[in-house]
Amino acid sequence: MRIEQHPILEFDRKEKITFFFNGQEMEGYASETIVAALHAAGVKELGKSPELHRPRGLFCAIGNCSSCLMVVDGQPNVRACVVKIKPGMQVELQSGKGDLK
Amino acid sequence: MINVEILIVGGGPAGLCAANAAADLGASVLICERDEIPGGQLVKQTHKFFGSRKQYAGDRGIAIGDFLLDEVINDPKIEVMPDTTVIGIYEDGLVLAERSEEIIKINPRKIIIATGAAEKFLTFPGNDLPGIYGAGAVQTLMNVAGVIPGERVLMVGAGNIGLIVSYQLAQAGVETAAVIEGAPTIGGYLVHASKIQRLGIPVRTGYTIKEAYGDGKVEGAVICRLDAAWNMIEGSEEDIKCDTICLAVGLTPLTELCWQAGCEMAFIRELSGHVPLIDKYLQTTNPKIYVAGDVSGVEEASSAMVEGRLAGYSAACSLGYGLDTAPSLQAGAMAELDELRAGPMSDRIRQGVEKVEKMVTKGGV
Ligand SMILES: Cc1cc2nc3c(=O)[nH]c(=O)nc-3n(C[C@H](O)[C@H](O)[C@H](O)COP(=O)(O)OP(=O)(O)OC[C@H]3O[C@@H](n4cnc5c(N)ncnc54)[C@H](O)[C@@H]3O)c2cc1C
Ligand code: FES
Repeated sequence: MRIEQHPILEFDRKEKITFFFNGQEMEGYASETIVAALHAAGVKELGKSPELHRPRGLFCAIGNCSSCLMVVDGQPNVRACVVKIKPGMQVELQSGKGDLK
Repeated sequence: MINVEILIVGGGPAGLCAANAAADLGASVLICERDEIPGGQLVKQTHKFFGSRKQYAGDRGIAIGDFLLDEVINDPKIEVMPDTTVIGIYEDGLVLAERSEEIIKINPRKIIIATGAAEKFLTFPGNDLPGIYGAGAVQTLMNVAGVIPGERVLMVGAGNIGLIVSYQLAQAGVETAAVIEGAPTIGGYLVHASKIQRLGIPVRTGYTIKEAYGDGKVEGAVICRLDAAWNMIEGSEEDIKCDTICLAVGLTPLTELCWQAGCEMAFIRELSGHVPLIDKYLQTTNPKIYVAGDVSGVEEASSAMVEGRLAGYSAACSLGYGLDTAPSLQAGAMAELDELRAGPMSDRIRQGVEKVEKMVTKGGV
């Protein structure tokens, strides 16, 4: 969920854009990272771990820990917490280490 | 290849102040900042800072960040490169940075590392479930992106960060089920604890998290009491329903670049991890490299700013700038640091700094 009213902060979200999550159309704002836009839509699972296939989510949100790796426009291992959404972007859950096409 | 006199890695309070100080003495400076917006931890802090007026205490963290950034942006001797991560410092002094998947080569004469700190993690069953976040991540989501992390949070850790982030969650309209703390007393300042207790958020000392559970994401946690030796007391388990668990269990210096550059390092518990050995001018054992801020010991924004200035003066002076004025400016910054660290809340930091000093005068680890 997005914060609409805050006692101190104002959020300049910029324009609304559409992107795709596992093929499904989603809305977000141009100022948002992939993780922020997914979170706002209630999506917390971003991929599965390589060995035990356990669900993986966000941890640090600043590009430090690699917990948020996703496949973006066909490219695996993108840190979804620091990359912004773009119109038409294809974001997918990543399973394991990802494959290079 | 970019040639520059002083490269600053990290645009938090330490890096920004270092840039200002070095440019004031006449050096040309490049700041590489990994994030889109420089300011480090400050850009996420909605509360008024504690400390002394000289380091802007009383202002909100975000305002301090804006102010420091303005000074830097308006200085023609300083260039700021946001979205740029420094990834390597080589033996011959060459530095590589990454910006939008492009590799940039930088050839600096001096480097000030001001990379801050990384969050610590805790081990417990289920600790990898989506919905378990570092306190910094919760702040980034909530205060930068304007997105709430969940509906109901269990906060682990009652140091200043745990207390402040619980208050920030309330500002964003998110419920905190409880703040739990393993130690018998809270670690943070009483003002922050009272603020959240007034909101009715329970702060429970002597408790830890035993387990997190949920199908695909966090649905709850089991907490339990600890005895004096930090062992879990059987039978004291309690179930807490929550969709988010926020870990605020401390930070550790982010020192990869110091290791890479061959700086001599030592584990100093009081400074929260491995830190580079430095002299009083903040120069490491690699004469090309200075450090400032949390990277040389997790402390506060106030001391990070003063260390930044000191490192900036020292690096500029080593290149021949401000030879007449630098010594008194350096002495002034050192006195300010002593003053900041004089109180009883700084006992630990003081002990840590003294340990480093001793190791350095003995000539190594
Ligand atoms: C919730 C919270 C509340 C706080 N409240 C207070 C308070 O009231 N008063 C107070 O004095 N202090 C407070 N602090 C502490 C204070 O924020 C930190 O001590 C201070 O920010 C440290 O400054 P720094 O410049 O060393 O590091 P940081 O602020 O962490 O900045 C480091 C910067 O370096 C960048 N970076 C890291 N690695 C690289 C790389 N390889 N390449 C490029 N850039 C890189 C990072 O993106 C970051 O911007 C608080 C901290 C938190 C988390
Ligand atoms: S959540 Fe840590 S790198 Fe993205």
